[in-house]
Amino acid sequence: MLEVKNLSKTYNGKKVVDDVSLTIRKGQITSFIGPNGAGKSTLLSMISRLITRDQGEVWLEGREIGSCDSKELARTLAILKQANHIELRLTIRELVSFGRFPYSQGRLNREDERHVDEAIAYMGLTDMQHKYLDELSGGQKQRAYIAMVLAQDTEYILLDEPLNNLDMKHSVQIMQTLRRMVQELGKTIVLVIHDINFASCYSDRIVALKDGRIVQEGSVEQIIDTDVLRGIYDLEIGIQEIAGQRICTFYA
Amino acid sequence: MRLQAKIGWMIGASVVLIAMFLFVKLNPVNLDYVLPRRAAKITAIVLTGTTIAFASVIFQTITNNRILTPSVMGLDSLYVFIQSVIAFLFGTSSLFMQNANVNFLLCVVGMIAFSGVLYRLMFRRENQNIYFLLLIGMILGSFFSSLSTFMQVLIDPNEFLILQNKLFASFNKVNTDLLWLALIGTAAVGVYVYPYIKYFNVLALGKDHAVNLGINYDLVVKRLLLAVAVLVSISTALVGPILFLGLLVVNLAREFLPTYRHSYLIGGSILISIITLVGGQLVVERLFAFSTPLSVIVNFFGGSYFLYLLLRGNIAR
Repeated sequence: MLEVKNLSKTYNGKKVVDDVSLTIRKGQITSFIGPNGAGKSTLLSMISRLITRDQGEVWLEGREIGSCDSKELARTLAILKQANHIELRLTIRELVSFGRFPYSQGRLNREDERHVDEAIAYMGLTDMQHKYLDELSGGQKQRAYIAMVLAQDTEYILLDEPLNNLDMKHSVQIMQTLRRMVQELGKTIVLVIHDINFASCYSDRIVALKDGRIVQEGSVEQIIDTDVLRGIYDLEIGIQEIAGQRICTFYA
Repeated sequence: MRLQAKIGWMIGASVVLIAMFLFVKLNPVNLDYVLPRRAAKITAIVLTGTTIAFASVIFQTITNNRILTPSVMGLDSLYVFIQSVIAFLFGTSSLFMQNANVNFLLCVVGMIAFSGVLYRLMFRRENQNIYFLLLIGMILGSFFSSLSTFMQVLIDPNEFLILQNKLFASFNKVNTDLLWLALIGTAAVGVYVYPYIKYFNVLALGKDHAVNLGINYDLVVKRLLLAVAVLVSISTALVGPILFLGLLVVNLAREFLPTYRHSYLIGGSILISIITLVGGQLVVERLFAFSTPLSVIVNFFGGSYFLYLLLRGNIAR
């Protein structure tokens, strides 16, 4: 279980994340939604120790992450940020192999290679595994990064806007894969996502943030609701139930 | 593997150049006089090449950037500055100036303290801007050299001559007093850094990935910067500041060995550095008859390359 207690972060006198507490349930997809500047990415980065927190605690499986050995933590929790500007010239396979670093410290053994093979196959990249990253399309690149996280073989996977700059087809592909990872591999996935319809269709739980605070958290039915969404986005959002999914209509 | 072949060729070239440097025009008559001097000189040159290349690779890897090197960030002007401060405060006849080893250790301490400040400037801010850092480096560099000049103008001319002697170390006049200490220092840094070499490839992915992959980022970067401070002190003490050598050799190594793996990049940079310096010194000494100092040539080419990198705009790797 991943528990966040009273987490706060201040930048230049402005509280970006303000006293946030929440519990992330195992084996589910939890989505953070909210307007720009709500503190979603900052919260995710603090949970994954990428940035320091001003206040609060993050408990992972009964241990405070500050007291965990960094290497051990990297075998339990993985984070992928939205901007991945690695301009090293790497092939997909080389990139994915980096995911084994917490285990192998750079010297891959046969088991590491097996994990890398599996992760690449899982993301459907086997045919192009020797292609360089700069030759790939946005969707392929994103899959390669997720394959790296998958090779890291962690129970918790945190993704910061994994659909950023992807077209519909690739977005759907990624979300379906994440769903499969939860169902087949028992992963716990936390994502920051802007498209509330993707959040609605693929999440188990949704956490809505605004101005650094949690406005509401709950199941899809609880959050994807005209009144609740108005409170988050200051926008009148109609909800249609289509084929059992709640779809938000906010375009007109 | 092609990379290994390239490394092999570079090792060959280095050995040939070093042998040429040592043995050309050697005869039984001058042997006793010439050989020990040449050996000391070549040791210093190889040591300088190694420390500059290694420090620059480390620095570029932790800053994820192809144009920042310790010298571009003003570290070797700091060395000159510390020397001037010592001469200014204690006078050149003091122990701090007269005893080469004490003097060197004092400088290393100063450099390490400064690298702590640099660390704060560069890594504490969560969104660092490359141009901003570069600007800081340039400003620090000229700040230190202006202060050095200021103090040098104030001190007694005789003292200044002694100080100048120390500061104008060059490849033609290597500071051989320090050779043993420099050797030991380099070896010690090598031992100190060795456990972290496996992290280099991951550090090159950037901070976020490095932390995600379980590297204790702050600690590792702090220790590596410490190593950089010592390495720069060693090279500057031996032959004086050479602003653009690190930039030149590390980037050449990256072009020549297209790989992300630091085992090759470090080795390649060191070898290119040795080839450049030993080859350059051979040409300067035996061909140009000392008319142009090697550091001028290196800075000319390195500086042009630096401008090229800036203009090309492809700064982040």
